[in-house]
Order: sequence, then C-alpha cells, then structure tokens
Amino acid sequence: MINPTTPIKAESKDLNFFYSNGMQALKSVSMPLYENKITALIGPSGCGKSTFLRCFNRMHDLYPGNKYQGQIVMHPDNTNILENGVDPIEVRMRISMVFQKPNPFPKSIYENVAYGLRVRGVSNKRMLDDKVEEALKGAALWNEAKDRLQDLAFNLSGGQQQRLCIARALATDPEIMLFDEPTSALDPIATANIEELMSELKQKLTILVVTHNMQQAARVSDYTAYMYLGELMEYDETTTIFTRPSRKETEDYITGKFG
Amino acid sequence: MTTETPVLQAPATASVLKNLDAVRAMIKRHKLNDYIFSVIGLLALVMALLTLLVLFSDLVMDGYARFNLEFLSEFPSRRAAKAGLLSAWVGSALVMLVTFLTAVPMGVAAGLYLEEYAPKNWFSDLIEINVTNLAGVPSIVYGLLALGLFVYILGLGQSILTAGLTLGLLILPIVIVSTRESIRAIPVAIREAAYAVGATKWQVVYDHVLKYSQGGILTGVIIGMARALGETAPIITIGALTFIAFLPPSPVTDVAPFINFEWLSSGFTVLPIQMFNWLSRPDHAFHINAAATGALIIIVTLLMNGTAIYLRYKIRKNIKW
Repeated sequence: MINPTTPIKAESKDLNFFYSNGMQALKSVSMPLYENKITALIGPSGCGKSTFLRCFNRMHDLYPGNKYQGQIVMHPDNTNILENGVDPIEVRMRISMVFQKPNPFPKSIYENVAYGLRVRGVSNKRMLDDKVEEALKGAALWNEAKDRLQDLAFNLSGGQQQRLCIARALATDPEIMLFDEPTSALDPIATANIEELMSELKQKLTILVVTHNMQQAARVSDYTAYMYLGELMEYDETTTIFTRPSRKETEDYITGKFG
Repeated sequence: MTTETPVLQAPATASVLKNLDAVRAMIKRHKLNDYIFSVIGLLALVMALLTLLVLFSDLVMDGYARFNLEFLSEFPSRRAAKAGLLSAWVGSALVMLVTFLTAVPMGVAAGLYLEEYAPKNWFSDLIEINVTNLAGVPSIVYGLLALGLFVYILGLGQSILTAGLTLGLLILPIVIVSTRESIRAIPVAIREAAYAVGATKWQVVYDHVLKYSQGGILTGVIIGMARALGETAPIITIGALTFIAFLPPSPVTDVAPFINFEWLSSGFTVLPIQMFNWLSRPDHAFHINAAATGALIIIVTLLMNGTAIYLRYKIRKNIKW
C-alpha cells in the first residue's frame, strides 16, 4: 500500500487520449506521480505507456488531430497542464524529456546543453558556462566532456550521448523529467550508468520512466504502474508489484507468462 | 542420387549440406544477373558521359582559338576575331544576381512555410502538386508570362530586372522542392528534442531546421542557378538585345550612397544569347566565337555544380543521423 501522506508532484485524472485516426490510446488513466520518486510504467508494446508519458509534456500537440480528455494536475500550483489555456511550451519548460534513442543536436556538446537555456533567453556567457558545467556534472558526463566541450556531440559514444541528452534536459531545472525507454539503445554498462544517474537525479526532481525491461523497473523505481490496452491495471510500490501483485494479469506479465 | 539437372529451387526444408553442389550452382546462376546488370548499367553510363564529352571537346576544339583574356574584355564587334563577351558575361552576372536575390528568399520561405507551418490538407496537397508541375513548365512559357506581366503590365521594360525576375520564377520550383526535401530529411527525433526543451516553432525552425537543411537548400539553389545561366528562350522572349557595346551602369559608385540601382533597368545581353547571335551569322569566324562561348557556359555550369557537391559534402560532414 502506498503511504497516503507521500507528497504528490503531479497526477493524471481520468485521462483519455485519442490519436488523430480516432484510436483511443488511453482509457481513463488516473495515477499520481510522487515527488522525488521514480515511477516506472511497464506493460506490453502498444499498451499506451509511451502515449501516457508524452501527455506530460504535451508532445502530442505537435501532430494535428490528437485529443486529450481529462486532466494532468501539477502541484503545488494546481495547474491542469492539459487545459486549453495552458501553452504547451510553458509545460515543456517545467517538464523535460529524455528520448528512447540518444538524439543530440548536430552541434557542439556545449551548445547541446545550453540550448534549453538559450531558448529561455539566457545569453550571459558566465551563466551559461556555469549551468552547462552543473548540468554535465549532474549527468555524470563532466569528467569525460570538460576538455572537449566544443566537440560535436556525435563524437561521443551512445551512452555518453544519452547522458548528454539528460544534461540537456537537466540544464533547465525541470520539476519532472520524463524518460521514454532511455536505455533501450544502450549496452549493459551504459544502461547501468543511466540507472545510477536516475537514482541520483530523484533527489532533485520527480521522474517518470517508461521501460520494457522489468529488471530495470524493479531496480530503479519506487512505484510501478502496469498498463494494458490503454488502461492502468495496477499501480503500487515497486516491491509490492514485483513480489505480491494484487492482479493476476500483472503477475502473468512480470513473471513472463504473457507479453 | 539423381543425375538430372540440378534442382531449380533452393531446397526449402532439406538441409543445404545434402544438396551443396546444387545450391552452389543456383547461387552462381543468380549471381549472373548481377553481372549482366552491371554491364548494362556501365554501358548506359559510358554512353551518357561519352556524348557529353564528345560535345564538350568538339566545342573546345572549335573555340580554343578564342580562349584568351581579350575574349572576356572586349565588346562584340563586326570583326569576329575582335569580338568579345564583355557585355554578355557582365549581363549574365547581373541577371544571376537578381535571380538569386528573388528566388532564394522566396523559394526558401515558401518551402519552409509549406513544410512547417501550412496545415496538411487537400489544399496544401494541391499546392504541392502544382509546385512540382511548375518545374516542368517549358521555359518559353515563363518568357511569355514575363513579357506580359513584367514588361507590359508592370512596365519594367526589357531590362536586367525583368530578366532576373523571370529566371527567378523559373528556378523557384527547384528551390522550393529542394528546400522541402532537405527539411524533410531532418529526423523527427531532432525536432522533438528541440520542442521538448521548450522551443517555439520559430526557434525550432531558425535554430535547427534551417541550419541542418542549408546544405541541401544550397545545392538546389546552385543547380537552379546553373540552369538559369544557360536559359535562352525566356530571355529572347522578353526581348534582350543581341548586340550590345556598352555596360550597364555600375551597381557600386564612388559617391554616396555608393549603391546605384540604375543597372536594374538597363538593356542587356547574356551569354547564351550572345552565343545564339554569333551562331546565326553566316561567317564561320563567328562560329568559333560561339563554340568558345558554349565551352565557357559548360565550364561555369560544371564549376557551379562542383561547388554544390563540395558544399553539400562539407556541410553534411558534421551532420549524421
């Protein structure tokens, strides 16, 4: 059972989502994200976990015809980030995202990290330098990158590129960070680095991570949500989900009988 | 063990080991197709290149007598050996300048708008089809349009401005299409990355889309310009002069404000027209001049295309998706 006094950072309430082709990808999903915790979304392919994650930074707004119903309320300001009056850009300034494949810009390491700040109008060199250093340190990339900040980001290895993307997402001091299968393109060592990093990051912010890898969910997350066909089947503390799930479907999925 | 012809199909279920010789024979037969096609392809390539090479060397052999600096620094003359290209190449350069200044901003803006801002519906599809079709409209049609619109209705006269605008319209579809194609080559993941940190559409367009597509856009622009350089029909249609023994007023002057726009309304001639003019004379000596001009146009075109390839390579080198 989740302790009811755990502070909540954001929560989805009766969230439905429809793609432009009319497909309903989320069905009345209600779940909280607890502050300074890592929440993992697991479930078979096509169950809606990535769709759900991408609601949090309004990524679906980039493609015409997608429709949200319901709310995602941020705390403590009680803003419903899905409301029409809320600009998706404002949402993305509060909630940053790390993607499945490392997607650095074809720019220097420095400019990749600084971009989020530049978008916010920061042009002071000192301030940018400080923030870039802080973010690279936060993403455990500083030691490897400090002597080659002007190198192209593509010259980094895959794992380093993903940490660079984390630094880019971190540089703007987000309240929530979304990770969409962040290690699916990485080797086991780079994966371990990223997982360790996520555990450190939760001191500062709240994390929502989609993963296909159940061991990963078990290793890094505090809470786990099992989704199936667009519905939230079960949501509980990770240890509970993995040791004594209350639903048969969840158990079948995590024991590998299904999925 | 049968001694008939080897099996025609690879055995679907039986192991390859049992039919090793038959499988090897089959692979050999299939590989023969590779060989046949590469011969045909090579032949086609050699034919195309050879034709160009023969044409070009013919021009060079006919015209090499005039490959000297006087040919570029002399005005046309009644005496073939003294006639030069000065007014023609200056005219071409000025017309190209106007073409560049109109086609590039308009083409890039239109391509960018269609790709990034325009809603995707039947109307934008219609525009897309029409833009592509425009690229196939015969150039003389552009000449007629320009004669009616620029020369008579807008009263721009048979000037450098008219010619530059006409060629600008002519290569506009090329610029639009190459802009759109290079924008489309940018992966969705890069756009999403930029949006995800909170960028507005214009920030994404300016900081990323334009920067990463400039190699492709530039290539399209240069290829379009190379085409415009050789265009003759629309320029004749709008009435370029064929014999010009003066230069347009210089765009740059030594008195303030140092820029002069009179050249825009000046009469002019361009390289292909000069060539056409010399070619239509009965005196063979002028044909040598025409050949030399033709060789010059081909060389400049090749140089422009070479520059395009080099620039694209150089810009793409730093961009890997």
